[in-house]
Amino acid sequence: MLIRRPDDIPSSEITPERDYLDRRRFLGTAAAAALSAAGASTLLGACTVAEGAQDDEPNSWEQITSYNNFYEYGTGKEDPAANAPGKLRVRPWTVLVDGLCARPGRYALDDLVRASQTVHRTYRFRCVEAWSMVIPWDGIPLRDVVTRAQPQPSAKFVEFTTLLDPEQMPGQRRSVLDWPYVEGLRMDEAMHPLTLLATGIYGRPLPAQNGAPLRLVVPWKYGFKSIKSIVRIRFTAQQPQTAWNRAAANEYGFYANVNPAVDHPRWSQARERRIGDGWFKRRATLPFNGYAGQVAGLYRGMDLRRYF
Amino acid sequence: MLRRVLKPAVWTGGLLPMVLLVTAGVTGTLEADPVKDITHRTGKAVLVLLLCTLAVSPVRRISGWNGVIAARRPLGLFAFFYAVLHFFIYLGDQAFAPAYIVADVVKHPYVTAGFTAFCLLVPLALTSTKASIRRLGPRWVKLHRLVYAAAVLGVIHFLWSVKKDVREPLVYAAVLAVLLAIRIPAWLEQRRKTKSPRRAPAGVRSGATAA
Repeated sequence: MLIRRPDDIPSSEITPERDYLDRRRFLGTAAAAALSAAGASTLLGACTVAEGAQDDEPNSWEQITSYNNFYEYGTGKEDPAANAPGKLRVRPWTVLVDGLCARPGRYALDDLVRASQTVHRTYRFRCVEAWSMVIPWDGIPLRDVVTRAQPQPSAKFVEFTTLLDPEQMPGQRRSVLDWPYVEGLRMDEAMHPLTLLATGIYGRPLPAQNGAPLRLVVPWKYGFKSIKSIVRIRFTAQQPQTAWNRAAANEYGFYANVNPAVDHPRWSQARERRIGDGWFKRRATLPFNGYAGQVAGLYRGMDLRRYF
Repeated sequence: MLRRVLKPAVWTGGLLPMVLLVTAGVTGTLEADPVKDITHRTGKAVLVLLLCTLAVSPVRRISGWNGVIAARRPLGLFAFFYAVLHFFIYLGDQAFAPAYIVADVVKHPYVTAGFTAFCLLVPLALTSTKASIRRLGPRWVKLHRLVYAAAVLGVIHFLWSVKKDVREPLVYAAVLAVLLAIRIPAWLEQRRKTKSPRRAPAGVRSGATAA
């Protein structure tokens, strides 16, 4: 299994109640089926396939750190690795936590991170451009930071902002996007145990091209949601105006959940190319990037074609 | 003298993208997504060589050097060579599955444009022989005007495929626009020449009616 769930969270909290009950019903029927005909081994095999357990070997450090979208350093995939290290000053680094919360403040990065237990999570990472990787992140659950800030009941969203400094981020001298880069999550998405504030990869500090020193990782959403080099976390009542949504609202929605059934207007999202896979091999893209079991409940009742 | 330089120059330019591609492949410096990298490299080679092909006539007109015309066919064929590579790597990327390919061509306008451009280049490559030129006569010239449509569609294909930063495709679009604009006076001249003899008999006929 790819995802290591934190031990301190009861599974009932992760799995929406309806899924939880469905699973019991499923297990019941499955047990009956197994007893009658199928046989336990067949059933286990079927379960493995159903959970999308393709070979999810982590990508190499080289692949993860040489192939990046970080428009602050250029729009080519190899631009960030060429331009970011040495330019981005990651110490000292502070994060402003503000907006609708009881404990706003400007936090030194170390204080922000040290207050939580570092976790290691190997997640699939799916870009909206239809390529994917598997990345072993280190970081802290975003929910820790949210909880400590004590958001007010009126806070419905969390807005994240990337550093704005054309000296350190030369790509910002060109108006490819409306700088600084802004992203956002709904509060329940931010509080979800899978949502991570990453500080490292493979046990090493996050490289500049991967969004040092602190970036968001939301594994069931397209990569552009996972904002890099965060300097501000703000609680809001309104849905944040995100950078890509402002750039092309018809192509990049606020939710950006990985969804093989909803194409990008210009290309298909049904399949993806896993970096490092052999030539001419594409994998089927999984709903919510394979994390549907954990997150589909967040979107129950929503039309995912409209709220893409 | 110039003629002696022209042929090696065309072959060097035409083979250069392939040499760079193979070098990158051998030394392992293709991007982490090699299929995409090769797709982009071959695609850009097609556009550059098509623009070079379209530059031959203006260069001849401006410089008065008729010998340059010898570069046109090899440049066009090199462009087609990379178009074939580009197309086959695309087919492979679609798992050579007709269902995927048809759906992609039909649903996504940038693919439609690129596919159409490729289809337009096929008859041009097939009729690039001296025998074809002789056999088709004036129709050969008409047929080979398809290169304008192919170039325009190729640039649109590039422009529409880009996510946000359109600087690079706009450079190609600008060069193409210049190469087409240069031709406008000659085209107008041509039209005037071909129309005036037609107008003459019409004038005679109207004269006849009056009489």
